[in-house]
Amino acid sequence: MDGAHDMGGAAWSGAVKPEPDEPIFHAEWERRAFALTLAMAMPGGWNIDMSRFAREDRPPEDYLGKSYYQIWLAGLERLMLERGLIAADEIKAGAPLHPAKPVEKILRPEGVAAMLHRGGPTERDAARPAVFTAGDRVRAKMIHPSSHTRLPRYVRGHIGSVERVLGCHVFPDSNATGAGENPQWLYTVTFEGRELWGEASDPGLKVSVDAWEPYLEHL
Amino acid sequence: MTSADHDHGEHDHSELSETELRVRALESILTEKGYVDPAALDLLIETYETRVGPRNGARVVARAWTDPAYRARLLKDATPAIAELGYAGRQGEHIVAVANTAALHNMVVCTLCSCYPWPVLGLPPVWYKSAPYRSKAVKDPRGVLRDFGFELPAATEIRVWDSTAEIRYLVLPLRPGGTEGWSEQRVAGLVTRDSMIGTGLPKAPHEVA
Repeated sequence: MDGAHDMGGAAWSGAVKPEPDEPIFHAEWERRAFALTLAMAMPGGWNIDMSRFAREDRPPEDYLGKSYYQIWLAGLERLMLERGLIAADEIKAGAPLHPAKPVEKILRPEGVAAMLHRGGPTERDAARPAVFTAGDRVRAKMIHPSSHTRLPRYVRGHIGSVERVLGCHVFPDSNATGAGENPQWLYTVTFEGRELWGEASDPGLKVSVDAWEPYLEHL
Repeated sequence: MTSADHDHGEHDHSELSETELRVRALESILTEKGYVDPAALDLLIETYETRVGPRNGARVVARAWTDPAYRARLLKDATPAIAELGYAGRQGEHIVAVANTAALHNMVVCTLCSCYPWPVLGLPPVWYKSAPYRSKAVKDPRGVLRDFGFELPAATEIRVWDSTAEIRYLVLPLRPGGTEGWSEQRVAGLVTRDSMIGTGLPKAPHEVA
């Protein structure tokens, strides 16, 4: 989806502002929104790609107008609403109005360390060999899917070279829609700055993205 | 706030109470419905506020600076090398370490969201998640470094790693000169969070003397 979240190369955003001695969270609600998001994935049953799409699939003014954890909160509410875990009138009322939906499992304190340690590895056994090898020249496809994708706009249509073969990984474009993991070979593809940004680019710049095989074509 | 500027100081002030109330109500709804256990939420927060942070990454870097065999393992396959020190899991399932040299400076970004190697660096700072960093890092990384107060020599190449998949990147900065013979623990004190993202350099020996 070509959304406001896909920011690489945008020229409107000004200077980066580091914050000295920045706290990990800036408000109590950020702590709770962070923890609710991590904990609800267990009863909710969604995956990371569904979470990302729920955060990113919103109008630019909404995405850009929210702080980071406000986007997490909005994404979490959407995932729960879509699955009937909560209802819109409950969010409005700030109180439960309907019976809970049965869930298989919830996160208990004794399960936290194991859940974090396990994480969500995405590498899978490959059903077929990788099409590309290190050193291959490839073009990032000129695609504009309306659903979730992890191919940023600033590399689409540009030529780069395969630097590393990273294994076969869960394909977000499928995983985000519930179509399954559909594992695909993943590559680090490196682009010259001038290929991406033109003659005025820093001559000493190289930029890489990690791109799944369906994002790439042979030259 | 300006639309693209996720600057908490300016933005969250006006909406703080509304958002605070919304989150508080949501937590109580989810608790009453039996979907979350507040004690698990407390433990998640405590974990990322007290146990997981850039000190972990500093140990990895310091080990690599003082143990050539470890450095070789880290650069070959970082995930098991980092697990040797006890750091693994969520948002660090697949880690690649990239080494700075005198001729090459590495910088890590996630232009699409805010992917960041949690087990070694903790949760990302606001600037890392902000529109200015996510937009500028891949196009004008030297300008980003100037925003952080330093100028990279023109002859130094710059390599930006955009974390678009589930691979997380850790920069192995150059060991500062004048630290010959220092212990692993002592050099760890020179490693800054930003030096492991590529937006900063390690401290100089005199800064920690």
